[in-house]
Amino acid sequence: MKKPVACGLHCTKINNISVKFGKEAVLKNVNIHIHCGELTVIIGRNGAGKSTLLKAILGEVEHTGNITFMDIKENIAKRIKIGYVPQSINIEKHMPTTVYDLFASCICHIPVFLKKDKKIYQEIKEHLKIFGVEKLIDKSIGDLSGGELQRVLLAIATKPTPNLLILDEPVSGIDKNGTKDFYELVNNLKTNYDMSILLVSHDFELVKKYADKVILLDKEVIKEGPPEEVFNSLEFKNRFGKE
Amino acid sequence: MEAIYSILEWILPFDFIEYTFMKNALIAIILSTPIFAILGTMIVNNKMAFFSDALGHSALTGIAIGMVLGITNMNISMIFFAVIFALLLNFVKNKTTYGADTIISVFSSIAIALGLAMLAQSGNFNKYSSYLVGDILSISNTEILYLFLAFIAVIVFWYFTFNKLNILSINTTLAKSRGVNTKLIDNIFVVLIAVIVMISIRWIGILLINSLLILPAASSRNIAKSMRSYHLLSVAFSLFSGIAGLIISYYWNIPTGPMIVLISGVIYFITFGLRKLVKE
Repeated sequence: MKKPVACGLHCTKINNISVKFGKEAVLKNVNIHIHCGELTVIIGRNGAGKSTLLKAILGEVEHTGNITFMDIKENIAKRIKIGYVPQSINIEKHMPTTVYDLFASCICHIPVFLKKDKKIYQEIKEHLKIFGVEKLIDKSIGDLSGGELQRVLLAIATKPTPNLLILDEPVSGIDKNGTKDFYELVNNLKTNYDMSILLVSHDFELVKKYADKVILLDKEVIKEGPPEEVFNSLEFKNRFGKE
Repeated sequence: MEAIYSILEWILPFDFIEYTFMKNALIAIILSTPIFAILGTMIVNNKMAFFSDALGHSALTGIAIGMVLGITNMNISMIFFAVIFALLLNFVKNKTTYGADTIISVFSSIAIALGLAMLAQSGNFNKYSSYLVGDILSISNTEILYLFLAFIAVIVFWYFTFNKLNILSINTTLAKSRGVNTKLIDNIFVVLIAVIVMISIRWIGILLINSLLILPAASSRNIAKSMRSYHLLSVAFSLFSGIAGLIISYYWNIPTGPMIVLISGVIYFITFGLRKLVKE
């Protein structure tokens, strides 16, 4: 399967996003440009508004400002397709939702409590294969390891291929190697597909290695630029101490 | 109605079926237990057992308000109040950041207290105390019609929105990213639960209604491995306990509601025991 490679001609703009919870300003005038074929990483302390920003982009929390998606080649604004990988999901061991049930719920309208649709089953299997998790298709999502679950969620988020892929990296449940695999996978997606990627991360080592652009968030954009620039900045050191 | 009666008599050649009230009861059970089972799957998945329990309790307030306003058809005032109660509860639950169970408990207690106070004050408590335990043998043709309409509504809703509800129960933001109108779907879901609970409360009773929603789905969840088996087993357990409960209650002279719940409870513990065996 040969896939289209990033052309650098699509651009997602997050314009002036502000969020207030009651009187408290959680996000103030956040502006971010994301280009396709780029991995943009958001870092920040707990409570800096990282998850809120993602929820605002997805329209789950009320906000001012907007998100536009431009095709520079054709110079027209288009409706944006967003894929999302949540930080954690509501699961329990042995729960009766299989990988197929969750995946099919996301991509088709035939209710999953009826007989499995063979065509969709095959389609899902093919797509899971890209992430090396096709064997898990009939397993309960409550019985997957942290790394397996993340791959499955990533597979779901990339079908159909989104313009913008948003990833909220899990804080726990995945070991060092698993996290590295995950970054490797995201990096592959970046080079093989035409999509912009926005990642909220807690692992600075890997961010340094893989990110094209880093954004330091603390209710507003404090610093943005190439990884080394942000990590060496005074603003970063003020918030995270010595690296 | 006559046609359905003769079919029932033909399928079930037992003496209990000769009575019209038994036929009505049987029809009511066949219509309502599958919808309880179906709605239950998501109530259990979303950990809403306490929510639906509180909803059942709100029936008391609904009756009391209906009585004060002089509404003759109690079903209408109960449904009306329960729908408002459910939407309000959902709204408050989504707004607050601390434990949803505390909020639900507050609402639930107020609903019971208000209902009891209003009924007692007007001296009507004894008249409506039958709502606490329910009486399936007094179910009327109109109520069966309500159940039938609810049955259709749930099936249609489930067919068209189940996938959305399923993503929603896994992660709200994920559902949002898939274009699901999360608030609308969630609200329709709780309104449906409110309506079903209210039209069933007269025969199953406020005290036991929640067990019909929770037990079959919880039993099924113990052993089901996919959404298909989860639904199938939940409906099967629910229908079985409903029908068996009715028949046993007829011969042993036990109230039907408690009998159905007892059978559901036994099924729950059997599946709980089988859990390890099936899943590991």
